[in-house]
Amino acid sequence: MSDTTQFFDEMTGGADGARPPYSAYDAWFSGEDLTELRKKSLDAEAFFRRTGITFNVYGEAEADERLIPFDIVPRIISGREWARLTRGIEQRVRAINSFLYDIYHRQEILRAGRVPVELIAKNEAFLPQMIGMQPPGGVYTHIVGTDLVRTGEDEFYVLEDNARTPSGVSYMLENRETMLQMFPELFSRIKVQPVQDYPIQLRRSLAACAPAMTTDTPTVAVLTPGIHNSAYFEHAFLADQMGVELIEGHDLRVVDGRIAMRTTRGYKPIDVIYRRIDDDFLDPLNFNPDSMLGVPGIMDVYRAGGITIANAPGTGIADDKAIYSYMPDIVEFYTGEKAILQNVPTWRCSEADSLAYVLDHLEELVVKEVHGSGGYGMLVGPAASKKEVAAFRKKLEARPGNYIAQPTLALSTCPILTKAGLAPRHVDLRPFALVSPQGCTITPGGLTRVAMKKGSLVVNSSQGGGTKDTWVLEE
Amino acid sequence: MLGKTAGGLFWMFRYLERSENTARLIEAGFRIALTRPAGDDDEWHSVLQTAAASNLYYQRHEELDAAKAIDFMLRDKSNPSSVLSAITEARQNARLVRTAITREVWEAVNDTYMLMKDALARPVRPRDLPEVLAMVRQQSALVRGSMAGTMLRNDIFDFSRLGTFLERADNTARILDVKYYVLLPSINQIGSSLDNVQWETILRSVAGQRAYRWLNQGESNPMGIADFLIFDGRMPRSLKFSVAKMSTNLRYLAEQYDQRHASHDQIDVLNARLSNATIERVFEDGLHEFLTDFLTDIARLGGQIEQDYRFLG
Repeated sequence: MSDTTQFFDEMTGGADGARPPYSAYDAWFSGEDLTELRKKSLDAEAFFRRTGITFNVYGEAEADERLIPFDIVPRIISGREWARLTRGIEQRVRAINSFLYDIYHRQEILRAGRVPVELIAKNEAFLPQMIGMQPPGGVYTHIVGTDLVRTGEDEFYVLEDNARTPSGVSYMLENRETMLQMFPELFSRIKVQPVQDYPIQLRRSLAACAPAMTTDTPTVAVLTPGIHNSAYFEHAFLADQMGVELIEGHDLRVVDGRIAMRTTRGYKPIDVIYRRIDDDFLDPLNFNPDSMLGVPGIMDVYRAGGITIANAPGTGIADDKAIYSYMPDIVEFYTGEKAILQNVPTWRCSEADSLAYVLDHLEELVVKEVHGSGGYGMLVGPAASKKEVAAFRKKLEARPGNYIAQPTLALSTCPILTKAGLAPRHVDLRPFALVSPQGCTITPGGLTRVAMKKGSLVVNSSQGGGTKDTWVLEE
Repeated sequence: MLGKTAGGLFWMFRYLERSENTARLIEAGFRIALTRPAGDDDEWHSVLQTAAASNLYYQRHEELDAAKAIDFMLRDKSNPSSVLSAITEARQNARLVRTAITREVWEAVNDTYMLMKDALARPVRPRDLPEVLAMVRQQSALVRGSMAGTMLRNDIFDFSRLGTFLERADNTARILDVKYYVLLPSINQIGSSLDNVQWETILRSVAGQRAYRWLNQGESNPMGIADFLIFDGRMPRSLKFSVAKMSTNLRYLAEQYDQRHASHDQIDVLNARLSNATIERVFEDGLHEFLTDFLTDIARLGGQIEQDYRFLG
């Protein structure tokens, strides 16, 4: 992609003046003093440090709790735009749950030839232990964080369906909290839909998925790998905000066929576990035998209907990057409707024709590992050096099935505050959807990630990306 | 609540208390050093002993030296009683029990940690020492205040208080024990200015010099000081006060959980012993023996609480 490519700017739309969702903000901003605003940015940083909204970086010393950069210019979405997005997300989330049920039961979609059998059978994310298993309430993905990107006024694409353990919701909440503290006057001028209910809705939604045998108010708990995990802050934050215990594997054991936590008064059974550890670590008896993070025997309790695990084990098969390319078919197969949100065109490098095309066009494409996450192990062709491209070519040729490729999308930009004033930077969006037997709830807002470096298309926090508060306006 | 959380709270508040106690010890040591002849660093030996850190100190340093001792007690990460170690541990435990404490308490602890980490990033010059030590005291007060103002009075509060008062009782008993010889009747030194300085130090290390003067018309005497720090239930750092508080918090736990444990029996025994004894009896039977027994009992009580409330499983 050349430097002359026009990116859609969400504030200006490429024209003078602001697009309607931003007009009130723009009017306010033009009356503000830049130095003052820069000072506010520093205040925000102090606020985050104080609250402890930090993440640990793997491989670095304990002292290095890092802050994710926060930008004080909100990302604004109109009520109308949001309505369409939520319809699209809901449709997709519904399809994903039906797909998961099908894949672990009759596998109709494979019989119909809409998704190739090998893709499932040979996939590490497919858990044979889940075959024939009925998760409580019929819900597989209790929490989904769909990654969206925008390329134009009406063009939104789904980049990833995070159906395992999507993170980042604490930033959605804390970013808003920070903005409310710093710019109270903005919120009286502009009607922004609130996000603060998320923890209550999460608890309600999780409780609604309790096993059938639960008679009392369900006991919910958040399972964390522990204090050294990069997202520990979020785990503690969510448990605290929901008013539930934050547990680790060593707090738990199987007692009388239930998962129970060690309290000051003995072992107490849990009904719903919101786990923030990967499938592989969940149960050393059933999966990775070396795991110290999980609970030996939890899968057996789960299969017997003694506990709800959210998200269900084995949901990774639905957000696998190789499966991703089939999502339009999957949506149509289960909902009978065309997908409302578009997929990014994807070349599966496992297919010879596609591989040949990708190898020929490496400089233009984004190539990703099928099982990768966090922006690691990917190639952004247009931004990579000749040497990097050559090195990647070797990896790709050695294991083509491990990769997919996509065109480099012209990601929309939003302004951030720099020393010189507003400057456009690329953004994506992760709204959070909650699923229970009662339906799907999508909090109006989400996590906007922003590439802080000029021209960069990588928004991952592990790669220097920052965040913004995301405003969904009242209709 | 989770056993692990109870343990985290208990240790969070033990470490917070420890950081404050260490700061007071340094303060007292620093002050006595100023009022004594040059080259006399004996006081630092007592400080290290009180903090049960003298062995570690001599592993790290050949000789006793005021600047090194201060640095060791303030900043040395290998010394678990140093101000920096204690505050780091307190904050680590606070992260662990984040769901059990209010945002105010967490922010107070986190603030304390950030401030102290910064202030103790390099050796503290003597002229800055008073300010740094004052900061430790002020920050402890901030944590205590946010605790008092925002926390529910339930088991969470009880475990926190148990940690505070167990550490405090231990600290006061150690201060007395390290200095017990100063308090013993001696024909030669009675009333000497050296004794006065020593007594003053003991009182200073527990922030009790002013209170003691008010209660005793300005007159110091060793038995009076020992009585004050052991038996005076009005003195918030005395053994009696600390034990009474632990007794209350353990009783609340028994009521809330409707369950008595071995730790309840132990605290009853300790409480009774302090209520029935007098300072005259203690001096007769041996102050050092009394304090040694007390320290052993306190350590045992800590272990029993940990077991009774399943801190570790």
